[in-house]
Amino acid sequence: MKSYRRIRRLVVAGAALTALAVVAACGGSNSTGSSSGGQAAGSPEAVDAALKAGGTITYWSWTPSAEAQVAAFEKQYPNVTVNYVNAGTGNDHYTKLQNAIKAGSGAPDVAQIEYQALPQFALPGSLVDLNQYGFSQYESAYTPSTWAAVHAGGGLYGLPQDSGPMALFYNKEVFDKYGIAVPKTWDEYVAAARKLHAANPKAYITNDSGDAGFTTSMIWQAGGTPFKTDGKNVTINLQDDGSKKWTGTWNQLVEGGLVSNIPGWTDEWFKALGDGTIATLPTGAWMPGVMEASVKAGAGKWRVTPMPTYDGQPATAENGGSTQSVLKQSANPALAAAFVRWLNHDEGVKPFLASGGFPATTKDLKDPAFVDKPSAYFGGQKVNQVLTDAAGHVVKGWSYLPYELYANSIYGDTVGKSYQSKSDLNTGLQAWQDALVAYGNQQGFQVNG
Amino acid sequence: MTTTVDTPRVVKATPRTRKRSATSPLRPKRSPLLTGVMVLYLIYTLVPLVWLFISATKTQNDLLSSPGLWFGQSFAFFDNIKDTLTYNDGIFLRWLGNTVLYVVVGAGGATLLATAAGYGLAKYKFAGRRAVFAVLLGAVAVPGTALAVPTFLMFSNLGLTNTVWAIIIPSLVSPFGLYLMWVYATDAIAVELLEAARIDGAGEVRIFFTVALRLLAPGIVTTLLFAVVSTWNNYFLPLIMLSKPNLYPLTVGLTQWSNQATGVGARPIYNLVITGSLLTIVPLVVAFLLLQRFWQSGLSAGSVK
Repeated sequence: MKSYRRIRRLVVAGAALTALAVVAACGGSNSTGSSSGGQAAGSPEAVDAALKAGGTITYWSWTPSAEAQVAAFEKQYPNVTVNYVNAGTGNDHYTKLQNAIKAGSGAPDVAQIEYQALPQFALPGSLVDLNQYGFSQYESAYTPSTWAAVHAGGGLYGLPQDSGPMALFYNKEVFDKYGIAVPKTWDEYVAAARKLHAANPKAYITNDSGDAGFTTSMIWQAGGTPFKTDGKNVTINLQDDGSKKWTGTWNQLVEGGLVSNIPGWTDEWFKALGDGTIATLPTGAWMPGVMEASVKAGAGKWRVTPMPTYDGQPATAENGGSTQSVLKQSANPALAAAFVRWLNHDEGVKPFLASGGFPATTKDLKDPAFVDKPSAYFGGQKVNQVLTDAAGHVVKGWSYLPYELYANSIYGDTVGKSYQSKSDLNTGLQAWQDALVAYGNQQGFQVNG
Repeated sequence: MTTTVDTPRVVKATPRTRKRSATSPLRPKRSPLLTGVMVLYLIYTLVPLVWLFISATKTQNDLLSSPGLWFGQSFAFFDNIKDTLTYNDGIFLRWLGNTVLYVVVGAGGATLLATAAGYGLAKYKFAGRRAVFAVLLGAVAVPGTALAVPTFLMFSNLGLTNTVWAIIIPSLVSPFGLYLMWVYATDAIAVELLEAARIDGAGEVRIFFTVALRLLAPGIVTTLLFAVVSTWNNYFLPLIMLSKPNLYPLTVGLTQWSNQATGVGARPIYNLVITGSLLTIVPLVVAFLLLQRFWQSGLSAGSVK
């Protein structure tokens, strides 16, 4: 008994020592956490001068066109070396980026950042405000929604690379087989879902097992603005009119078991897109490139039509899309800014388009060679007519949370539960909101929810 | 000499006696229920491996159009292996080499350190031994994943992130291995043996390498296996420490390939991810098959005492 107690005491002491070691390790880094790299001052002339002077920069990206773009850039500017690094896709990339920022060194000069993640890096001051290089003059080159997406708190933190105005991709073969009309409103969409599932219990109108990016885009399309940020003040309202409008429609599908629970981007999902199990996808305009490359079985079957709306008037939202930003840690921010300008404003757009990307540049969105190009995969349909038209109908006023990546990571524990139990999504959204308010306040924001 | 002749006869005799009494303690009666449970467990363990092997024979298109547990229209096993090894300028081989480096230096070093330290703690009496024990137990209780981010920040201050040392140095520390070797050395080496060696004039270093190491062999193999498996499967630490793909181990590299199927610009290469995973587990399976003999004797050592 005695020795047992002694061992327990030792265990407690050991755990305490280890915990102390952890705390010490954490504390040690704080001193260098906010070291600022690079010069703050800059001017439009500095960008051209840096390009002329040359140098070396590091670029992190996982996009399919990145390698070709870097090669083309280095060919055009032989005195500049770009170390291209594919550090990881999505969250892996952000984890590394966040750690490097926290550590005060190791971050690249230029990094790919999705629009949803931009505020999280821009607002704490980890990115260079490109206004100082006069990049605001390029506003007219981009669609209003993507131009808004590269702004946060009044600063300009990148030039838009791609955009994802949403449209409805549907399997025409399935629709024809069961005599279903292409829906123009969400009510018609729900009716189509019922008809399809009744005719073939194995087929579903779409898949949705709970996806934060999809949910926020759908609330966006419904006119909701659940996240508002003004400095340190954040307002979260996932029960505003737009959110409720969306759940009003989507609850019918989820509670009725009318959507497939196949998770997106899995092999099962790619398979279901090809064999008719999933009949439609409301998703971003970048989808044709993905389908042509990876859903070969769906060739000739799929078509694109504008997003269904609540009142029949055209309205859509952005889904996905990203920019390249210059990191504060960069030792040569002017050269990094020059690279960003080349990527998304100059010649860099061509390799991007060649890789099947959907641009954010108005010039390319209006180019007849792009707009009127028939797509063999979509049975000869000129899909870009639908998609570029969608780019002009993105609902205005949307913004993401300054901690959207965290928000997305806990989505499954909150809203995901409503999906699992096929119950009211509003309950899940409320739970999500509560968790986000609590987290935001811990992080030093003033959150109203 | 006579004993060696006698022994087989005894061994041969035992089965005959067992046949007569079916419920001897050495050969308990077969239970259909337990056999059934074992068969289920066997299926549960083997099905993922079977799936992995069958899937590795399919092309990317076949993967999406044929049932998971049977072969598709094509047999692309060797093409897949070739593609896996050559995709992206043969980066897979680079990752394999990195993993081997991390395992050999990291797990090998961890085993050596754990053996030496465990032996020292078990066989020498010195002040602070109890404190070491307490710290050790605490360290075993804290999962390595929880320490990854603090370790990253420390290494970043030292300028060691994005180098092989960022993976090797943390791998050298294996609290569980040390604990195992400590416990094992306490029982496996008789103090009298060490005293005899000292009386014969052997130095402490010589005693460790010539006497102790041999007696500790089963324990060392066990520790080595644990260290090899944990280093081979190490994911979170390299994910955080490294941002250069040419330093990645297989775990992080394969995840990167797998994530290529996600989001805008998705380019799924599931066939290569699956074939790569198959190739990745082969060395581990081989290591287990070769070393399991030692492992079993290590697990049961001291059980009769």
